[in-house]
Amino acid sequence: MTNDVTNMVVEVMPHFEGYVYPNEATHQPLWSVLIVLYPYITGLVAGAFIMASLVRVFKVQALEPVYRLSLLTAFSFLLCAPLPLLLHLGHPERCYQVMMTPHLTSPMAIFGFVYAWYLMAVLLLELWFDYRRDLVEWGKITPGFKGLLYRLFAVGVTDVSEPAVKLDVRIGYVLSVVGIPSAFLLHGYVGFIFGSVKANPWWGNVLMPIIFIMSAMVSGIALCVFNYMVLMWVRQKPVGMKCLDTMGMFLFYALVVDAAIEALDWVHRIYSAEEGFAVLQYMAREKLFYTLSLGQTLFGTLVPLILLGLLQLVGGRMPEWLRRRMYFVSSVLILIGVLAMRWNVVIGGQFFSKSLRGVMSYKMEFAGMEGWFMGAILFSLPFVTLVALVKLFLSERLPATPHEDFTAKSAAPNG
Amino acid sequence: MRRFQNSVAADVRRLKLLWKQSFLTSAATVLKEAPLRERFTRRSVLGNITGAIAGLLSLSAARSVKAAVQKVFVTAGAPKGYDPAQHKWVMAIDANRCIGCGLCAEACKKENRVPEGPFYRTWIERYLITKPKPGSGELRGETLVDCPNGGMRGFPVPSVPKEEIQHSFFVPKLCNLCEHSPCVQVCPVGATFDAPDGAVLIDPSYCIGCGFCIQACPYGCRFMNPTTHTAEKCTLCYHRITRGLLPSCVEVCPTQARIFGDLKTAGPDAPIRQFYQNNRVQALKPHLGTEPRVLYAGIDKEVR
Repeated sequence: MTNDVTNMVVEVMPHFEGYVYPNEATHQPLWSVLIVLYPYITGLVAGAFIMASLVRVFKVQALEPVYRLSLLTAFSFLLCAPLPLLLHLGHPERCYQVMMTPHLTSPMAIFGFVYAWYLMAVLLLELWFDYRRDLVEWGKITPGFKGLLYRLFAVGVTDVSEPAVKLDVRIGYVLSVVGIPSAFLLHGYVGFIFGSVKANPWWGNVLMPIIFIMSAMVSGIALCVFNYMVLMWVRQKPVGMKCLDTMGMFLFYALVVDAAIEALDWVHRIYSAEEGFAVLQYMAREKLFYTLSLGQTLFGTLVPLILLGLLQLVGGRMPEWLRRRMYFVSSVLILIGVLAMRWNVVIGGQFFSKSLRGVMSYKMEFAGMEGWFMGAILFSLPFVTLVALVKLFLSERLPATPHEDFTAKSAAPNG
Repeated sequence: MRRFQNSVAADVRRLKLLWKQSFLTSAATVLKEAPLRERFTRRSVLGNITGAIAGLLSLSAARSVKAAVQKVFVTAGAPKGYDPAQHKWVMAIDANRCIGCGLCAEACKKENRVPEGPFYRTWIERYLITKPKPGSGELRGETLVDCPNGGMRGFPVPSVPKEEIQHSFFVPKLCNLCEHSPCVQVCPVGATFDAPDGAVLIDPSYCIGCGFCIQACPYGCRFMNPTTHTAEKCTLCYHRITRGLLPSCVEVCPTQARIFGDLKTAGPDAPIRQFYQNNRVQALKPHLGTEPRVLYAGIDKEVR
C-alpha cells in the first residue's frame, strides 16, 4: 500500500524483463496517458453523434429528448479532443505544419483535415441550423449578456419564416446524413493510426479501425445515457423511460457487434499465433490482467452485456427504478471498459519490446504532463464545457422548439 | 538534382496553366459579358472551386519537392557543392568480425552529441545461445540477449558458464536505411525523408515531436531527444560523409566489422563490393517488407 502511494508521487524507475532495445528503455512509454485519452474522447464524439443522427436520419422519435444533448455532448468533446494530442507533441507550436505541409502518406497528417471537416462542416453547422430559430427567439426575450450571446450566435440570420425554417431542417438533415460517414471516418481513422503500424504486432491489425468505430459507438451511446440520467437527476425531473429503453436497446446491439468483432480479433490472433504471439500472450496474462481481463472484458463488456441483455429479454417485467439503475450501471461500466480498451491498445502496445524478447513495466506518475492529475484535468474539460453548453442551450427557462415540430412542419403541405 | 529541378518546373507550369484556365479566363469573361445573376452559375462556381483545389494540391506538391531538396542542403549539414544525386551511401555489418568492444557506440555518442541515458543512434547486442540440455530433445538451448549501456563500455562476463554456450556473437545495430522506410511514410509533416544519396534524415527544425516515426520503426533505431524534443536517429554521420570522411563508428572500429561505401563510385575492389562478393547476407525482419539496405553477414535466426 505504502509503495503504491509512493509510486503515485515519485518517479519510479523502469523495470524490464527479458531484452528490450536500448532506445525503448525509457522511464515511461513514448505515448502515454494523453494518447490514451485522445482516442477515447474522439470515440465519444463519434458515438454521441451517431446517437443524435438516429433521431435526425433514422427518425427514431423515442430518442427525441436526448437529441440536442447528444449533439452538445459530441460538440463539447470534439472541442477538447485535440488538446491531449497537442500537449503531447514535443513541439506543439509547430502543430500548424500538419495542415500547412501535410505529408499525405501519413495517417496522422490527415487528422487536422478530418477534425476540421468534422468540427466546422458537420457538427458546428448542424448545431447552428438546428438552433437557429431558437437562437433568434431567445435573443429577443433574453436580456443581458446571455441574450447578446444568442444574438451573436445567430450571426444576424433572423429570418424565421416557414420557408426559412424548412430550409434549416432540410440542410440539417443533409448534414446529418453527411455526418454519419464523417463520424465513422473520424474514428476509423484514429484506429488506422494504430492499425497501420506494422512494426507493432499488437497494433498492426486490419480490424483495428472497425474495432475503434464500434467501441466508439458503444462508448458514445453509453455517455449519452449517462449524461441524460445525470441531467435529469440534477434537474430533478423524471427520466423518460421510453427514451431510456430505446437508448438501452441501441447500446445493447452496438455492444453485441463490438464484442463480436473484438472476440474475432482475439480468435484470429490466438489461432494464427504469428511471430511475437508468445510475448503478447504473456503480456495479456500478466501485464494487462487488470485492464484487459477485468476492466475491458469482464466489467466493460460481459457484465453490461448480461445487464442489457436481461433488460431486452425481461425488461418489461422489471420495475422502472430497477431498469434505471441497471441502465446507469451498464453505461458507467461501458465507459470504464472502453477507457480500459484504449489503455490496453495504447499502453499495451508499448509494454513489450519490438525485439519481441522482453516486456516493460510502467507505473503512471501523479504529477507531470503525462500523469494522473493532467489526465483527470483533460478528461474533465469536456464535461465542464458540456455543463456550460447545457446551461446556454438546454436551459429550462427558455422555450425550445422540439425537434418534432420542425419535422412535422417541414413535412406538412404548403409549409 | 536536375530531376528535381525539372519536376519543380513542371509543377509550376501546370500550376500556371490551371490558374489561367480556372480563374482568370472564366472570371474575366464572365465579368465582362454576363449580367450579375449569371456570373455565378453553379457550373462556374464548381469549376472555380475545383480549379482552386487542384491549384492548391499542385502547389503543395511543388513545395514538398522543393522542401525536400532544400532540406538535404540546408539542414543536414552538407557542404556547398555536395550533390546527393552522385552518391548512394550504404553500410554493411560483418558480425563475424565484431568483438563487442563498444568503441563504435561510444564514438557515435560523442560525435553526434547524443544525450546520456537510453538514447542510441547505434548500439551492440550480445547474443548467447546455450547448448540444449542433454536428453531434452530440443534443437538448441535458450537465447540470451543483452546490451548494457548500448554496449558502449563493452560487456560483462556472461551469466552462463562458458561450456554451456553453443554460440556467442555480437551484432552492431543502426538505422537500417530501409528502401521502404515506415518512419518516412508515417511522419505527418515530412520532417523525416529519404535523401537521394540513400541516407534517411530528419529535419530537427521541422519535426513536431509526435513520436509516430519512433513507433513505426521496427528496429528501435529512433528515439525522442530529451533536449530538443524531436526524433533522432543515425544519419550515417551525414556531416562527415558529405565531406569525404567515414562515419565515426566505421572510423573507430578496430576489426572492420562495419563496412561503409558509396555504391555509385565503389569499384569492384572497394570493401563494400568485396563484402557483398564474399558473403551471403541477410536483412533484419525481412517479413515486414521494409527492404533494409543495411545487410548483415554472420548473424543467426534469433537476431531481430
